[in-house]
Amino acid sequence: MRQHLSAFEAGAGAALADPRLQRALTDVSGGFAAARERAVAALPEFAALRDIARDIKDHTLANLDLYLEEFERNATAAGTSVHWASTARDACDIVLEICRAADARLITKSKSMVSEEIGLNARLKAAALEVVETDLGEYLIQIRGEQPSHIIAPAIHLGTDDIADDFRRRHRDLPGERALSQPEDLVAEARGVLRPKMLKADVGITGANFLVAATGSAIVVTNEGNADLTMSLPKVHIVLTSIEKVVPTLVDAFALLRLLARSATGQELTAYTTLITGARRPEDGDGPQACHVVLLDNGRSELLGSDLREVLRCIRCGACMNDCPVYGAVGGHAYRSVYPGPLGAVLTPALTGTAEAAELAEASTFCGRCEQVCPVEIPLVSLMRRWREASFAHDAAWRQRALLRIWAFVAQHPRAYHLAARIGVGVLAWLARGRGIVRALPFANRWTRHRDLPAPQGQTFQRQWARRPGDEPS
Amino acid sequence: MSRPKVLARICTALRVDPLDTARQRAVAARLAGPVRHVVPARCRQEKPQLARQFEGFLGAQGADVIKVGEPGEIPGAILSYLRDCAVPLAVRKGSDPYLAALPWTTAPGLAVQSGAARPSDTAGLSRAVAGVAETGTLVLASDPHNPATLALMPETHLVVVDSETIVGSYEEAQRRLEAELGPGVLPRMLNFISGPSRTGDIGGRLVMGAHGPRRLAVLIVATE
Repeated sequence: MRQHLSAFEAGAGAALADPRLQRALTDVSGGFAAARERAVAALPEFAALRDIARDIKDHTLANLDLYLEEFERNATAAGTSVHWASTARDACDIVLEICRAADARLITKSKSMVSEEIGLNARLKAAALEVVETDLGEYLIQIRGEQPSHIIAPAIHLGTDDIADDFRRRHRDLPGERALSQPEDLVAEARGVLRPKMLKADVGITGANFLVAATGSAIVVTNEGNADLTMSLPKVHIVLTSIEKVVPTLVDAFALLRLLARSATGQELTAYTTLITGARRPEDGDGPQACHVVLLDNGRSELLGSDLREVLRCIRCGACMNDCPVYGAVGGHAYRSVYPGPLGAVLTPALTGTAEAAELAEASTFCGRCEQVCPVEIPLVSLMRRWREASFAHDAAWRQRALLRIWAFVAQHPRAYHLAARIGVGVLAWLARGRGIVRALPFANRWTRHRDLPAPQGQTFQRQWARRPGDEPS
Repeated sequence: MSRPKVLARICTALRVDPLDTARQRAVAARLAGPVRHVVPARCRQEKPQLARQFEGFLGAQGADVIKVGEPGEIPGAILSYLRDCAVPLAVRKGSDPYLAALPWTTAPGLAVQSGAARPSDTAGLSRAVAGVAETGTLVLASDPHNPATLALMPETHLVVVDSETIVGSYEEAQRRLEAELGPGVLPRMLNFISGPSRTGDIGGRLVMGAHGPRRLAVLIVATE
């Protein structure tokens, strides 16, 4: 039960001690948050659009079965094959089967959080298929064998010289003496290495930011244009996505697109926003011969019936992470889950179906900043509190429960409260020994190891109040 | 078979009867529309203001804006742009009638080819069906005459936009598209492009030309 939290604690400890990560978190994550502020300020309708986005998502979720069937009907009419996956395993099976039927050996991918969620790369590799990530950040962490540390900037924890070293190790057929000191050099090298893969790939896998029920289209946004190439060059395109991504019409998608890039990176719109409707049409000069959409459930339908339903509104912008003081201090790896930050704290335990991850909800100060920036108004704090309540109700939480029961008793009995406060204040004053600060505290040394506790000056507030000068008998 | 399982679980979660016709009617009505949401005020301006805003956003997003007085000037403008960028004087376009009708012989030295993009191409030329002033966004629709790869593979991408097609919002661009293709018809690929390809994944610094075009030139045809 405590294992996941201690994993988080260990990860957080390592993150806090990593100066490069700390700098990256300040620059990149903080930069996104500032850019978001500017973009929101430049669009007076932003607040109204948030309400609209919330309503669109709530309406779609309340009729999810019907909108998925409508999407399936229209996508099928446009020539797309629609597949349904109940579990992560089912989704991997479906993708693998499509790859086998296409006689695929090389697969390119653009960034897909759903593919991370279902562990697709490992599954494809086990089937002796070569998988290449094309999003630059994803490619970097793929060659390093790491996990993404942010949902929209997966490699923010890496510096230019780390990447140069990796490229020299990895791209051995290039001249050893080449210049790799500037980001421009590294981007050009990655482009040169990845383009032939894109041209040679048999299957291209992308995610989807939205599915449009009325037209049977998938919408994919990127800044690199890698998703567009990934879906255009191979003979088979697979859209791997999940059931809550559907919206009714294109006009609904436009409303959400007005929020997505602004909330994510502070851009007006991403460089590439692409609607894809089916495969190559007769007489087309390019495009894949087949287009598949895989609709993953993996716990989402249960969430729909629970008191956590609102989390399914999420459009994966990452704003709740960029503005989170806890994420800002420890980064994404510490969460040990595909979805980090406040969103991850709510979503991960639901998707993994284990109580362990429920303790991620402890990694929050409940300051509420995530709710303020969420473009679809997910009440993230209330939802995290539900996980805290759930883990509190668990047998293993007897110590917490006992302590809170004692606290409840003391708070309701003024005499007991006075007594306890007097003892506490006296003990702390004694521990401070006149220095004004407590350097070590019995039973709470994990707290005092990193900071000093200012000591009370010896009397309780109530006693001082009772003796304040104005009240003294003259 | 996951489909019935997933749909049944959704209906259980929502506590609804899948055969409830009232729900089906409500959803059908919502889909039939018209659906209208708040559209930013910046989309509702006079034509000249919209055109200025369109150019302003494109420039801020890293695109080069080139204005020409009439379509006949396009080949020459492309030639001098490629020369200024010191890249090969060659361009590939689709068989789009608008582009095919341009006086290509007025740009001697410019090699013009037709068809879908090839790996060796250095510049691609497309025609936008609309320009969206809301965010400085080009709308490109794929069809047999307009291969989508021309906008993606070459390092330089050139796009012709007729100033008449500059609209305020994404919704208006969609209406323009429907006027061209027919109601409810979408191309296989509909690209909303708002600048050259970019990445911030290395050291947090913005670098152009991640996978798609390194430079994007927008040729706006403003016939007086």
